[in-house]
Amino acid sequence: MATVTAAPAPERAPGVKAPREPRGSGIGRGGPLTYVVAWLLVGVCLAPIAYIVIGGFRTNAQITSDPSGLPDPWQVVNYVEVMTSSLFWQQLGNSVVAALLTTLGVVVLGLMASYVIARYSFAGRGALYALFAAGLMFPMTVAITPLYIMIRTLGLMNTVGGLVLPQIAFALPTTVIILVPFLRAIPREIEEAASIDGASRLGFFFRMVVPLSLPGVITVGILAFVASWNSYMLPLFILNDETSYTLPLGVQAFASQYSVDTARVLAFTSLSMIPALVFFSLFERRIVGGLTGAVKG
Amino acid sequence: MSVSQGETSPITTTPEDRAGGGAGAAQGPPPAAAAPARRPRRGRWAQRAEIAVLTGPALVVFLAFVIVPVVMAAYYGFFKWKGFGPPTDFVGLENYLTIFRDPEFLAALRHNGFILVMSLVLQGPIAVVVALMLNRRIRGRSIVRVLVFVPYVVSEVIVGTGFSLMLSTTGAVNDLLEKIGLGFLAVDWLADPDVAIWTLMLIITWKYIGFAVILFLAGLQGIPDELGEAAAIDGASYWKTQRYVTLPLLGPTVRIWAFLSIIGSLQLFDLVYIIWGQYVASTAGTSTMATYMVANGRNAGNYGFGSAVAVVLFLISLAVALVYQRYVLRRDTEGAITEGKK
Repeated sequence: MATVTAAPAPERAPGVKAPREPRGSGIGRGGPLTYVVAWLLVGVCLAPIAYIVIGGFRTNAQITSDPSGLPDPWQVVNYVEVMTSSLFWQQLGNSVVAALLTTLGVVVLGLMASYVIARYSFAGRGALYALFAAGLMFPMTVAITPLYIMIRTLGLMNTVGGLVLPQIAFALPTTVIILVPFLRAIPREIEEAASIDGASRLGFFFRMVVPLSLPGVITVGILAFVASWNSYMLPLFILNDETSYTLPLGVQAFASQYSVDTARVLAFTSLSMIPALVFFSLFERRIVGGLTGAVKG
Repeated sequence: MSVSQGETSPITTTPEDRAGGGAGAAQGPPPAAAAPARRPRRGRWAQRAEIAVLTGPALVVFLAFVIVPVVMAAYYGFFKWKGFGPPTDFVGLENYLTIFRDPEFLAALRHNGFILVMSLVLQGPIAVVVALMLNRRIRGRSIVRVLVFVPYVVSEVIVGTGFSLMLSTTGAVNDLLEKIGLGFLAVDWLADPDVAIWTLMLIITWKYIGFAVILFLAGLQGIPDELGEAAAIDGASYWKTQRYVTLPLLGPTVRIWAFLSIIGSLQLFDLVYIIWGQYVASTAGTSTMATYMVANGRNAGNYGFGSAVAVVLFLISLAVALVYQRYVLRRDTEGAITEGKK
């Protein structure tokens, strides 16, 4: 993570055509070679994904006799079987609940704390900020063993709470670091105007700060959602009951349980990546903008 | 990791300024319309209450689930402890000595080092070239950018599952190599100790290069066109312009990316653990410090030892981060980790 200098650049609304290429966006037009390399790269990036998705349409016999072939004929039975299994929906539901609660917690707690750090002046403000920023130095890998013991002691094993609370905690440093400059950038005049109009500081927080910081909030929310959706290590420690699994653990359990049934494993795997891909395509600009905004030097 | 934090911000108001404005809400009496007259004492308490209410929840969650576990890891690391009841069997530094005498850990450490270096060497140049190309005006550029980023978004488990199926000895990759007449290249990608770590590098590169490309593209957006145009007028070719004008200006972005990549390499866990599992990783030569920690810590029931590995992992990351900060990043950012520790 880097110095966060300013709020990320305003996003173009998706679907709205860029008026012209923005400044500094490139020197010259690409030649044919550029096209070849670009689409070759896309092919390399998508081939494994395509293998998983298409493989789900084959039968095990097809996969054994011709591992790299296309489905012949195309079979939907694997997908149908996975989609009619209650376990898949259960685990999908677990993932959704955990991701939504994590996002909500990160946004609410992060916004409140960042607001204080950005706009109140008091002794210990710098220390508070440094404390959160130092959290970046502690990845979950380092804390996972005691965290597991703690969750077990609290009786939160196999619960959504045991998963969500640490995820919120570990997402807070990034959140604070992205949101503080956002909140600091809200002009003081607006605050004064609100104050003259009779708004209290908390009223100002809810009526002005929350709406004005929405782009930053969306960014941190998406980052938290995606991180929770893909998280593997924490669920691996906290969840040990198949019905409480989130999708990543579910995929892995399914893959080892049905290791001979390759086609079904591929179907399960590709179905479990659909939500993330849909979510990503919806918020692609935000995600990319958030990452670059957070990391830009 | 570096966040420059001015002690005072021009935007932040001083307590005197806002004493009146914030007085009402946190306390019982409604703020009468005529309230904004200054009442410093009351305002100060109101402000303290607001600070406590607003930061309290975040602070509690953060301390309880980040700071306390990290501190506990340091504490547990001095005990031989199976995870039940309070740790009592104090062994001093024995766990740490065991770690550094264990050839398996040293092998894992070597693997981490290899992954670290190769990640930089493989991903850096490729990503820079790709970013430069995608920075030119080509048709469908935005679609290409999105698609290149897809592997980064797909979870490690899906990547791991897909690749282990594709790369098994009778999998799609070897079959494809046979078909196109390159059968002699078909190897046991995952189990052959000579090959496995390179397989891991390929998967890592595939998974994370999109992130580097997106970062570099963002960095390129910040470089004004005029510089390139000026170089072109002076007769520089396209690639010369990139080499002598664009690349140096991209330096800060590259250095930040390298930092993230280094830390990620040292902490690598998910992909290895998913593809190679807890036992195969060491025989295939792909174990990392984190998989060593989980295999010999929780999975073996040795929580004290696992915590000690976590501490070692953390200290190594911290040392690398500080060195990098001191010698590489310093020219880009002020007041980063090194300063932040004060």
